[in-house]
Amino acid sequence: MTLIKETDFGTPAATSETMVTLTVDGFDVTVPQGTSVMRASVEAGIKIPKLCATDMVDAFGSCRLCLVEIEGRRGTPASCTTPVEPGMVVRTQTGRLKDLRRGVMELYISDHPLDCLTCAANGDCELQDMAGAVGLRDVRYEAVDTHFRAKNTSGEANPQWMAKDESNPYFTYDPAKCIVCSRCVRACEEVQGTFALTIEGRGFDSRVSAGMHEDFLASECVSCGACVQACPTATLQEKSVIEIGTPDRSVVTTCAYCGVGCSFKAELRGDELVRMVPYKDGKANRGHSCVKGRFAYGYASHKDRILNPMIREKITDPWREVSWEEALSFAATRLRAIQYELGKDAIGVITSSRCTNEETYLVQKLTRAVFGNNNTDTCARVCHSPTGYGLGQTFGTSAGTQDFDSVEQTDVVVVIGANPTDGHPVFASRLKKRLRQGAKLIVVDPRRIDLVKTPHVEAAHHLALRPGTNVAVVTALAHVIVTEGLFDEAFIRERCDQDAFADYAEFVSDEKHSPEAVESLTGVPAQDLREAARLYARGGNGAIYYGLGVTEHSQGSTTVIGIANLAMLTGNIGRPGVGVNPLRGQNNVQGSCDMGSFPHELPGYRHVNGQEVRDIFESMWGVSISDEPGLRIPNMLDAAVDGTFKGLYCQGEDILQSDPDTKHVSAGLAAMDCVIVHDLFLNETANYAHVFLPGSTFLEKDGTFTNAERRINRVRKVMAPRNGYADWEVTQMLANAMGGNWSYTHPSQIMDEIAATTPSFANVSYALLEEKGSVQWPCNDKTPDGSPVMHVDEFVRGKGRFIRTDYIATDEKTGPRFPLLLTTGRILSQYNVGAQTRRTGNVVWHAEDLLEIHPHDAEVRGVKDGDWIKLASRSGETALRTKITDKVSPGVVYTTFHHPTTQANVITTDYSDWATNCPEYKVTAVQVMPSNGPTDWQEKYEEFSTLSRRIEAAE
Amino acid sequence: MSPEKLTYMANQIAGFFRTRPRQEAIDGVADHISKFWAPRMRAQLFSMIEQGGAGFDPLVLDAAPSIRKVG
Repeated sequence: MTLIKETDFGTPAATSETMVTLTVDGFDVTVPQGTSVMRASVEAGIKIPKLCATDMVDAFGSCRLCLVEIEGRRGTPASCTTPVEPGMVVRTQTGRLKDLRRGVMELYISDHPLDCLTCAANGDCELQDMAGAVGLRDVRYEAVDTHFRAKNTSGEANPQWMAKDESNPYFTYDPAKCIVCSRCVRACEEVQGTFALTIEGRGFDSRVSAGMHEDFLASECVSCGACVQACPTATLQEKSVIEIGTPDRSVVTTCAYCGVGCSFKAELRGDELVRMVPYKDGKANRGHSCVKGRFAYGYASHKDRILNPMIREKITDPWREVSWEEALSFAATRLRAIQYELGKDAIGVITSSRCTNEETYLVQKLTRAVFGNNNTDTCARVCHSPTGYGLGQTFGTSAGTQDFDSVEQTDVVVVIGANPTDGHPVFASRLKKRLRQGAKLIVVDPRRIDLVKTPHVEAAHHLALRPGTNVAVVTALAHVIVTEGLFDEAFIRERCDQDAFADYAEFVSDEKHSPEAVESLTGVPAQDLREAARLYARGGNGAIYYGLGVTEHSQGSTTVIGIANLAMLTGNIGRPGVGVNPLRGQNNVQGSCDMGSFPHELPGYRHVNGQEVRDIFESMWGVSISDEPGLRIPNMLDAAVDGTFKGLYCQGEDILQSDPDTKHVSAGLAAMDCVIVHDLFLNETANYAHVFLPGSTFLEKDGTFTNAERRINRVRKVMAPRNGYADWEVTQMLANAMGGNWSYTHPSQIMDEIAATTPSFANVSYALLEEKGSVQWPCNDKTPDGSPVMHVDEFVRGKGRFIRTDYIATDEKTGPRFPLLLTTGRILSQYNVGAQTRRTGNVVWHAEDLLEIHPHDAEVRGVKDGDWIKLASRSGETALRTKITDKVSPGVVYTTFHHPTTQANVITTDYSDWATNCPEYKVTAVQVMPSNGPTDWQEKYEEFSTLSRRIEAAE
Repeated sequence: MSPEKLTYMANQIAGFFRTRPRQEAIDGVADHISKFWAPRMRAQLFSMIEQGGAGFDPLVLDAAPSIRKVG
């Protein structure tokens, strides 16, 4: 294991298909037209000294170190800004160039502190490297003014000196070490798209500045770390490197936060993680990252982590630390006792969308092969289950149709019910880059999300619909496309079911679906909606990206169907630049669905009532599999309250905090005899658990995650599990304690079993992933390299199927008691229930959940910014503080659900999607009133959690 | 599950299929419930319908005979 040093080509790759041949120092090299001389030289194996160039940003030509001589040209052009030409003869190392470079370096070094030995970047500093490369032996200049001396020799303060900015929790900015190469400023603009950094001043006064000469934390900086990665010196430096030192080995792995699935190099010294650096060859992120993936890994070594198994008789008892054997035998005995008393269907599992494919596969296998039922569900139930249903019905399979690279060829982007800059930041950066190049944007969202107007990006249309009216808006868009004749007739004739199209066209053409007819309902101006429809239909490649604002409604599945209808109507399916793209929440939510986590289907989305599918698994597992669908999470809880479901193995999910109607969830959990929580921390669900099995982090195990583009990425073991076992091993031990007789010794064997049983994974193996880096399913003999784009020549189901989408208003309605509509979402720095991110430095950005409320609604209630308010719905009430903003429309309020003390889900109701029971998180009728602090319920809950987290030390 | 909630869920499904031609709607509701409802939920549905089926959408009642039997 060594430190992976990726080649820096100096400037980005050119995409032209025309090739150009030139000579560099006598060697021929052939590169695409538009390539810089610098990059061509690296391709030829010759590295030209450079400081301001790096291949993550465009060439800038400021450092004058990369000068070359070109035959027939005067002077010494900068190789980074000079494009190659056919027959060009380049010389990179001549006497004249050597003198010039040494002179440039002398000037740089004359204003740089020579504290290399104690500098955090020692050994990892490009300035140091370049001084060596150009043979700098002496600095002849005695600088009168410097930026690095705090005081002059007479003890007077140096006005040019600026103190180190340590405000960001993860990195420091030390202006004394800055060479003003602008790499950080350009990374912030070009890669991240936030434009938080600039160069202030002129000439000798030029400095990097965050915002308007603010500290980093106070500025618009989103802490993605692109600037730190771009910085050639110790000016922008990870605090972890300052504390620990430079890493000496790296392991390429996949981030365990959101569904983008970024590839990272975990850089370590011994088994201590020094830093995470996004991996340039990662096809999802292309070398970029966000604050969570790059910096928020501290939870893995947080003191709250539970490392020993624990059990207790009753949930009112304190926890008792026990051996693995005792914990597993306690769990197995209880589960079998429940089945003996109430039948085999009385227990079940919840698989995790945080864990690997292999682990998820084993958990559903546990219930199907060992428990003998299909009671398995996963957190996708509460986020993207409607995507599964809707895309399955229309296209034939449950997955996004594109890869993330596709956005680079999109002309019109439609974002519906998603907030990518917060929820999927790395994809958002790639999207913003495309928008800055001129692609048009349509946002359909009740809130004015940041994408609507952000530096150098402005949505052409923001359809600020009323929460709960998605179906009406999507159907109205289809109405315009059909009645104005904007649909792609040729595509529909060739690719779609004709009868279904005729039926659908007749349905949407009805005047009652026109933008004018639904305007009073949706709040979206009809003209705006018409123009948006025309733009999507006729603006070139149109791609729809959507999130939980689509799915988490009582008509979530209907909206997904409506979106699929729109894509088929306009022929925006089956090629790069178009498609229907669900932005997945969790790192492996796609994978957990693929792996058969749902109670009605076996791996690969095949219904359990299919005999031939059951045959495959029955002969592989040597058991008989039930042909009846099992219980979904809400059904499990209902059955628990009824007394017919009493045992649950819950891996890596906190249903008490994340699922709606907390009081109903807690009643269900409290009614069970054996709740097994397998997690990193004593989460909220563990308050109701009898067995706690400690989990391992993504750094501590091998496996694979499948991201939102169906990309199967390797997760590699970076360090040994602190709890002793990887999660797949724990599930196997539980299965064996119940007579499962499993004998996997490595996750690759589990993947082999998945490949052998699931056609879309047929050719996937760890060997293939090692060779290709990653692969997008389907990956089988038909598509051995995987499938970046789906439904290319035909839909998975054959002909695309249009389905009617009647708008049915949710029964969650506002009225005199609850006049406002609450919608929920997430924020950049926190992740889901916050179990990980709350245990990192990220809390500086978001220490508590706040209620966003429009100034008008706040005014009439006498509520000021930062006041405590009580938020009440039919389900319950909680208290939190306010943030007054016009991002939300009058009548709409918004909050996040990252903190257990807020318990936002005490408020949400048990209304759910008609097809999948996905909860209606996005619409709750509420009232807001002034309050003086937490509610009684919150205080009692706090007391209860403290009590239920007591641990008796082992004897 | 509470009878009200079960009725509500069944009626929600009927709502989606309502504007289809009658037979298609009946098949749609029956197929959906057969595919996605666990046996104990279907058993409860059948028993409530046997007891008169008050509160159910007529489409659910018409679909009931084609819903997969339990046991």
